[in-house]
Amino acid sequence: MNALVPALKVAGVSKIFDVSAPWLNRVIERRPKLFVKAVSDISFTVEKGTCFSIVGESGCGKSTVARLVTGLYGTTQGDITFGKGAAGRPIRVQMIFQDPHSSLNPRWRVGDIIAEPIREMKLRDSEKETTDRVRELLETVGLGADDALKYPHEFSGGQRQRISIARALASEPELLVCDEPTSALDVSVQAQILNLMRRLQDELGLTYLFISHDLSVVRHMSDHIAVMYLGRIVEQAPVEQLFTAPQHPYSKLLLATIPDIENPKRQVDVQAGEPPSPLSPPPGCAFHPRCPIAMKKCSEVMPKLEQAEGKACVACHAVAQN
Amino acid sequence: MMVQPIPPSTDTDTDTAALALDVQGLSVEFPTRRGTLTAIEDVSMQIAPGEILGVVGESGAGKSITGLAVLGLLEAPGRIAAGSVYVGGRRVDQLSEAELTKIRGREMGAIFQDPLTALNPLFTVGKQLVETIRLHSDMQRKEAQDRALELLRSVGIPAPEERLRQYPHQFSGGMRQRVVIALALAAGPRLIIADEPTTALDVSIQAQITALLRKLCDETGVGIMLVTHDMGVIAETADRVCVMYSGRVVESGPVADVIHAPEHPYTKGLMAAIPSLHDRVETLSQIDGSMPRLNARPSGCSFHPRCPHAGPKCSIATPPLRKVDTTYAACWLQQGGTR
Repeated sequence: MNALVPALKVAGVSKIFDVSAPWLNRVIERRPKLFVKAVSDISFTVEKGTCFSIVGESGCGKSTVARLVTGLYGTTQGDITFGKGAAGRPIRVQMIFQDPHSSLNPRWRVGDIIAEPIREMKLRDSEKETTDRVRELLETVGLGADDALKYPHEFSGGQRQRISIARALASEPELLVCDEPTSALDVSVQAQILNLMRRLQDELGLTYLFISHDLSVVRHMSDHIAVMYLGRIVEQAPVEQLFTAPQHPYSKLLLATIPDIENPKRQVDVQAGEPPSPLSPPPGCAFHPRCPIAMKKCSEVMPKLEQAEGKACVACHAVAQN
Repeated sequence: MMVQPIPPSTDTDTDTAALALDVQGLSVEFPTRRGTLTAIEDVSMQIAPGEILGVVGESGAGKSITGLAVLGLLEAPGRIAAGSVYVGGRRVDQLSEAELTKIRGREMGAIFQDPLTALNPLFTVGKQLVETIRLHSDMQRKEAQDRALELLRSVGIPAPEERLRQYPHQFSGGMRQRVVIALALAAGPRLIIADEPTTALDVSIQAQITALLRKLCDETGVGIMLVTHDMGVIAETADRVCVMYSGRVVESGPVADVIHAPEHPYTKGLMAAIPSLHDRVETLSQIDGSMPRLNARPSGCSFHPRCPHAGPKCSIATPPLRKVDTTYAACWLQQGGTR
């Protein structure tokens, strides 16, 4: 495997949403325009054949990153570049969504859902070849070839997510952006989908950009992890390092609060506080109001993501000092 | 805090009056045009005062229906077909709607998944609390306001005096869930049904809420039925756990035993399917297939089509819940084999 070829390069990307009240309300009530900086100045590189995960709590901007990468949103600032794929063209990207109940058209047969990208992108010459390809895809994801004639409602949640994966694979992508692909599924079904995704990665050499809030799933799937807090990456590290030696206080908090089945921590004092609203982020480091080791500098200067111990990058003044 | 484990089987002579909740052989049916669907069948569970019982299972296992049946909140045409429910020693499953309304809130409280829909957006949090307190006691307004303040303080809401005058939309998700918990506690119930209380919350907030539930349980002696699909939450919060599959309790016992040494093949499979936080495996062990739908339950043990140990007996007869070491399991493997 050529591990050092970048499949995706995100450089200094920001996304600002205009969430102002309607024009007339602003004029009458004299309200100012309102902006949310959903993602600010994030950079990362995903190497070919690896799985890069972004974790964080709701509202931290991880799904926005997924949508920026797939082009569903335009960037406000920064560049997203794709590496060279097969035949020298830029690599193809596809996306798998969280909710398999709303991401499949209920009026279409499964075969048509999967065939749509093939027909649209003219990847096969004849209808016969398209049908064969659909059958092949269904079998790849562990469904039967005759399931092509059924409708989405005839399938369970896990099977529908398999259909979503088959549809994503239909356009022969090399990079799959997966936005919480298993969070709507039960654990026994989640294991099936995660195993399938790992198998596909090995067989087809896929690269994953994996978005999740579930740290145990992320640990299972990924090679590299970025932890996001309020629109910024606060720590980025190889998976083993992040789980064994987290450096940013927020990564430590996340790892300390996730329920652990093997060593339940019943007596741990729970850290108080909640993520601030992205509408009015605190000055300096966004985490400082909750941070146990916050210094004066933290409420004034925004820390930069800098090289820290090992292969990690951490955005924290306290870590940078040591 | 630790309460003697109470056997979940029906053939015990535990004093019902001492229990926060005693459910015996409960079955819930939904009559439909295409025949009667049995949502839960022969479910028994006990909760002692000051104990948290985790009810865990995948979607469709019947865990929420069990909670709703106890609260008397089954939606028509659903009805209790068999069994009995005692809350604090009083039988509640045969009460009329009017009698139930009096008990709900006073004897048993409820916490649901989404705190925003559980609160009325048009009234301040203080008004909702005071109303609930006065409904269930003969307190005067002033007294009730003091009690509301004390409740908000006990669930860890900072600056409760100001918060009382605010509306639900001014609270964050975690704070709203704290208000819902305060409402459930308002009349000093013996039992709280908490149906996925942390599912809508982020992990760091989830930890705060589960710690709060534990604290309240220890301090007030209320019994809590914690319904969730998250084994991690159960491991860190509950004293005992009931694992449900396809409408039945398949295993129950002390949390540590069920998690570390499960007896039922379903529990084993479920535990193995959860990705570990500590080591990484190439492939997760998976249970193939999915839970049967209500209208297509297999005969005998519902788990047998997915079970690696299934034998001929499993498809014929349903195994009862019987004691195995420290836990109770409903599987023929431990009851004379599957042949």
